[in-house]
Amino acid sequence: MKFKHIVGLLCAASVSVAFAGGALAEDKVVKIGAVFPLSGNAASAGNHAKAALEVAIDIINNAHPELGNFPLAKNVGLAGLGGAKVEVVFADNQGSPATGQNQALRLITEEKVVALTGAYQSGITLTASAIAEKYGIPFLTGESVAANLTERGFKWFFRTTPIATDFVKVYFDFLTDMKAAGVKTDNVALVHDNTEYGTSVANTITTGFKEKGQPIALDVAYPSNATDVQSQVLQLKEKKPDVAIMISYTSDAILFAKTFQAQDYKPPILLADDAGYSDPSFIKSVGKISQGAFNRSAWSVGPPGSPTAIIAKMYKEKSGDEMDDTAGREMQGFFVLVDAIDRAGSTDPAKIQAALKATDLKPEQLMMGYKGVKFDDKGQNTLASAVIIQLQDGENYVAVWPKANAEKAPVLPYKGW
Amino acid sequence: MSFVLVQVIVGGLLLGAVYALFSSGLTLVWGMMNVVNFAHGDFVMLGMYVAYLVYTLLGAGPLVGAPIAMLVLATLGVVVYFGLIRDIMKGPMLAQILGTFGLALLLRYSVFWWFGANFLTLPENLVGGTLELFGIRVQASRLLAGIVALMVTLGLHLLLTRTSLGSKMLAVAEDSTAAQLMGIRPDSMQAVAWAIAAGATGLAGALIATFFYIVPTVGETLAIVAFVTVSLGGFGSVPGALVAGLLIGVIESLSGYLIGAIYQDIVVYSLFLGFLWFRPQGLMGKS
Repeated sequence: MKFKHIVGLLCAASVSVAFAGGALAEDKVVKIGAVFPLSGNAASAGNHAKAALEVAIDIINNAHPELGNFPLAKNVGLAGLGGAKVEVVFADNQGSPATGQNQALRLITEEKVVALTGAYQSGITLTASAIAEKYGIPFLTGESVAANLTERGFKWFFRTTPIATDFVKVYFDFLTDMKAAGVKTDNVALVHDNTEYGTSVANTITTGFKEKGQPIALDVAYPSNATDVQSQVLQLKEKKPDVAIMISYTSDAILFAKTFQAQDYKPPILLADDAGYSDPSFIKSVGKISQGAFNRSAWSVGPPGSPTAIIAKMYKEKSGDEMDDTAGREMQGFFVLVDAIDRAGSTDPAKIQAALKATDLKPEQLMMGYKGVKFDDKGQNTLASAVIIQLQDGENYVAVWPKANAEKAPVLPYKGW
Repeated sequence: MSFVLVQVIVGGLLLGAVYALFSSGLTLVWGMMNVVNFAHGDFVMLGMYVAYLVYTLLGAGPLVGAPIAMLVLATLGVVVYFGLIRDIMKGPMLAQILGTFGLALLLRYSVFWWFGANFLTLPENLVGGTLELFGIRVQASRLLAGIVALMVTLGLHLLLTRTSLGSKMLAVAEDSTAAQLMGIRPDSMQAVAWAIAAGATGLAGALIATFFYIVPTVGETLAIVAFVTVSLGGFGSVPGALVAGLLIGVIESLSGYLIGAIYQDIVVYSLFLGFLWFRPQGLMGKS
């Protein structure tokens, strides 16, 4: 009898130690939620985002002295939280705003994440961040560019990427420079899908260009995930714009490239608004028939041995593809979020929010080519910027504008194939 | 008539022929067995991936890829019939819908798991690039698909109306008990119907792969068009699917060009609903 008592007491003691030990272990892990399209038509982009974040977690949780003073790389885990490790819980938004919202809710209420990032498609970032706002959880997007995301008066939403209004300036200045060099840029056509992203960016460009005195000549809207775009291409072929600005996700970008070739249509200048045109899938399948396409980017690999080059190598090993601008922006957003948690020294959402508001990162602390990271009271990074890159050989993008950041001179007109 | 308008219509006809091509399998199964196959789009997707594999492993184009896709999908059709359809047919409509929908997800995400999410394409010149006939630009790959669509429609129609096999299949569709009494095995006929339908769908996928992108979710994009085509053409009517497909293709192209691509779906579906209001059995369905 006595022996049984002792064994019982020992069991109780060990169980309580296990629980206590578990609780201690939980303090050592910072859980962040990531909502991305891991299935559905944008799955290619979503899976690249996942790979990018996994590389970032490796950098944060392990010592990487080769990255020098790159934030969070030197130590194991987060110094501000006693070496706590970061764990990302991925959730699939399936390309649907409703699913993205539900997943955000699940991550907050069941997985108890302390912050959220995502969700690639602006329409899904819209709904997912609304849930985070309701629950008082910081939501940082590194890549969704629709202007209205930071126009909702939200207090818990932050965005590191340059947005549509920034790109309007970049595109307009780029085209003005091209005009000065003797290229005709009077008629600009916009080709965009009908999602939150396509509509919002198109509206922003239309308003912005009109204000600068060059209204958009042609607006070609189409339903996303189209089965055929021949009519749209024929419209372009007929109107003969000098510049075609393409605002599409990967599936439609590929279809447009193929239809351009089928109809033998080459816009004199093809300017892509990232998204589908940056997807490695796009380059692999139709890059060779889209030579000369311009794009926007804040990513540049940099010289060998630089932190960006090392990160690019790690990413290539993880995903099998070269780092693209979108994956880079997602990774940068994640680093900024974790840096804020580190500075907050706590997993309390209000403290993380305060740390995010106080963010002031310098260009040398970033992997993307932004002028820095500093959020205004709408949660937008006011120092975000981008350069123009060009797919000159059909395989790799090189920076071509502004001159200060250019690796090569822009090649005009659009070559195609 | 303006030159561009002719191009738009020709493009619409070719597009419509492709719609007809991948819908004929669906109408056969739906008309014969009253089974709504929600995995139809994913059968097309599998045909596309078979064509892709044939290209990457054997370096061959659709001349080899299409027959192989046909065989692979026909086999899959038989397996699906005996493994799933035969049993869910005995159940309520909901069982059929959920069963084939589940199959769709299984196929889609197996392919996703194996091939990944990346978009794949076959080279443009695999079937000869773009031809210029009387100034109208026609992609050779789409022209081939269009011609095959006509042949498949004719072939299936002749099979159903002129051969004894076809008569047996129609008999089972009409009244399987009576057919049994006549010595026809409904099971075999339905399995054959599934094999033929899936084979035709595989063929469609292999040809579409020559000009469209290949991704695990492409079935979602194409399936809805197939359903509309089959409904408009009349369930069970393969010629109906052809006419409906061509009609939808041309209307879509014209409205996309004249009004704007955003509105093309509104035009197509308004006409579709309006037509069904007056004639619910579709263009060529039985009343």
